[in-house]
Amino acid sequence: MIHTFEALGCHIALDVASGAVHVLDKMSYDLLNCVEPPMAEHCPAEVAEKLPQYDAAALEECWQELLELVKAHQLFEEETYIDPSWAVVKNTPIKALCLNVAHDCNLRCKYCFASKGGYGTGRMLMSFETAKRAIDFVVERSGKRQNIEVDFFGGEPMMALDTCKKTVEYARSIEEKTGKKFRFTMTTNGMLLNDENMKYFNEEMKNCVLSLDGRPCVNDKMRVTAGGHGSYDIIVPKFQKLVAGRGDKEYYARGTFTRENLDFADDVMHMADELGFKNVSVEPAVGKADDPLAITEEQVPQVCAEYEKLAERLVNRPDINFFHFFVDLEQGPCVIKRMRGCGAGNEYVAITPEGDIYPCHQFVGNPDFKIGNLYEGTFDKEIAEKFCGVNVYTKEDCRKCWAKFYCSGGCSAGNYNVNGDIMKPSKVACELERKRLECAIAIKAIRAGLAEE
Amino acid sequence: MKHVKTLAGATLKMSAAHGGCGECQTSCQSACKTSCTVANQKCEQSK
Ligand code: SF4
Ligand code: SF4
Repeated sequence: MIHTFEALGCHIALDVASGAVHVLDKMSYDLLNCVEPPMAEHCPAEVAEKLPQYDAAALEECWQELLELVKAHQLFEEETYIDPSWAVVKNTPIKALCLNVAHDCNLRCKYCFASKGGYGTGRMLMSFETAKRAIDFVVERSGKRQNIEVDFFGGEPMMALDTCKKTVEYARSIEEKTGKKFRFTMTTNGMLLNDENMKYFNEEMKNCVLSLDGRPCVNDKMRVTAGGHGSYDIIVPKFQKLVAGRGDKEYYARGTFTRENLDFADDVMHMADELGFKNVSVEPAVGKADDPLAITEEQVPQVCAEYEKLAERLVNRPDINFFHFFVDLEQGPCVIKRMRGCGAGNEYVAITPEGDIYPCHQFVGNPDFKIGNLYEGTFDKEIAEKFCGVNVYTKEDCRKCWAKFYCSGGCSAGNYNVNGDIMKPSKVACELERKRLECAIAIKAIRAGLAEE
Repeated sequence: MKHVKTLAGATLKMSAAHGGCGECQTSCQSACKTSCTVANQKCEQSK
C-alpha cells in the first residue's frame, strides 16, 4: 500500500509497509498516481496516454526511478513481512500507571472529560497507602520491564501533592531492590505552583505537562476558576518560572482546542513566541456530535486547513517542537510497538483514589470498564483481554489505513465515546490525525531540502 | 535520482528485526492524553 499526498507544496509518497518516504517532482507524482502494481519493466503506453501533458521519454525516465525503488523494497512493499500475531499481547506486563491522585480540581474547565475533576464519582484525594499499593502492583505486574512510567493525574494532582511526594520517595527507595527505574510525569493546571514545588518537580519529574490553551481570550473562556474567572494571569508566570528552571528535562505546554477556537495556530504561536514555551501540544476536543465543544465532521476541512497553516508557520522554526508535527522517520519506535498502540488496559492502566483499576484515565468512572481494585486484589482478565486484542490489524478501519504505523490505531476511549465501540475509530479524530501526519512529513521534506524549487 | 528523492528508507521494515522490547514510553503518557501517535516517540534501543 502506498499513500500519495500534497502538503506545503510538496508531492510525497509514503510506502506504508516499509516505512520509506519519497519526495517527488510533479511529473513522477502524477505518474505514480496512475501506477497499478506490479510495475512492468517499462512505462506502458496506456499509462502514458493518461498523462498527455508529459513527454513520453520523460515519463519513462520517471518510471525507471520508481521501478528502482520497487526493487529496493521501498515502494509497493507488501505487508507480508509483518506477522499480525506480533500485535497480540498475552499476559503483557503492566509498566505504565496513570495515578489519579486527586478526583478534585481547583478549576472548572468547560471541556473536562473528568466532570470537573470528580469523574462523576465524587471528590476525593488518593491516600499514600493507595498510591503505595499502586506502585507495588505495577512492580509486581511489570515482569522483566525495567522502565516504569507513573503519571500524576487528576483532577488536579497538586491537590494531593503530599501523596505524590511520598509516592516518589517510596518508588525511589525500591528501585535498586526491584531493578526498576521510575519515570514520573506531573500533569498540572499550575494553580498551586510555588517556588518550592517547582524546584521539586524540576528535580524529580521527567516530564511536566502544563495545561494552557493559548491566548488569554481562548484560555480564559474554557479554563476558569470556580468563581468563573480566567486562569491565564495566575498560571502563565508560574509556568514560565517552572520552565526556566527545567534545564533539559521534558515539558509540554498542552492545550485543547474546541469548535470555538478553530484558529488554534495562533494559540500555538502565542505559547511558543510570546510565552517562550518551545514544546507545545494542542489537542482537538473530540466527542459525539451533540457535544457542544467537540469538533464536528463539517469542521474537519477547516481544522485541516489550520494545521496546514500552522505547518507553514513552523517549517522554518526548528526551535519550536509542536508535538504532533514531530515524527521520527529514522529511529522511531519499532513496527511491533506501532501495531499495538496505546496499551490502554494492557501495559497501561489508571488507578483511582479508591484503588479502582481502569484501562486508562479516560475510562475512569465507567463501571462497564472497571478492571479491578487494589484493595480487593481483583483484576478482571476479561476486560484486560479485550484491550489486548485491540491493534491495527483487528480494527477494520485501521487495517486499511495508510497511517496505521504512525497513529498506531487511535484512541480506544475516543472511539468508545464517539461510536460506542473501542474498535471503531472516530472519523473526525482519524481525519485530523492523518492531516497532522501529512504536515509533519512535509515539514521534514522541506527541512531536508528535498522540496521542489 | 532526478525525479524522486528519498527522505527515509525502509526503516520500518528494518525495525522488525530488533523490535518488541517494550521498554519505550507508553504513548499516552507523553503529552496528549487523548491520542496515540507513536511516530514521535523514541526507541529505547536507539540511544
Ligand atoms: S487514523 Fe484512524 S483508521 Fe487510521 S490507524 Fe489511526 S485510528 Fe486507525
Ligand atoms: S485509550 Fe485513548 S486516552 Fe486511553 S491511553 Fe489509549 S490513547 Fe490514551
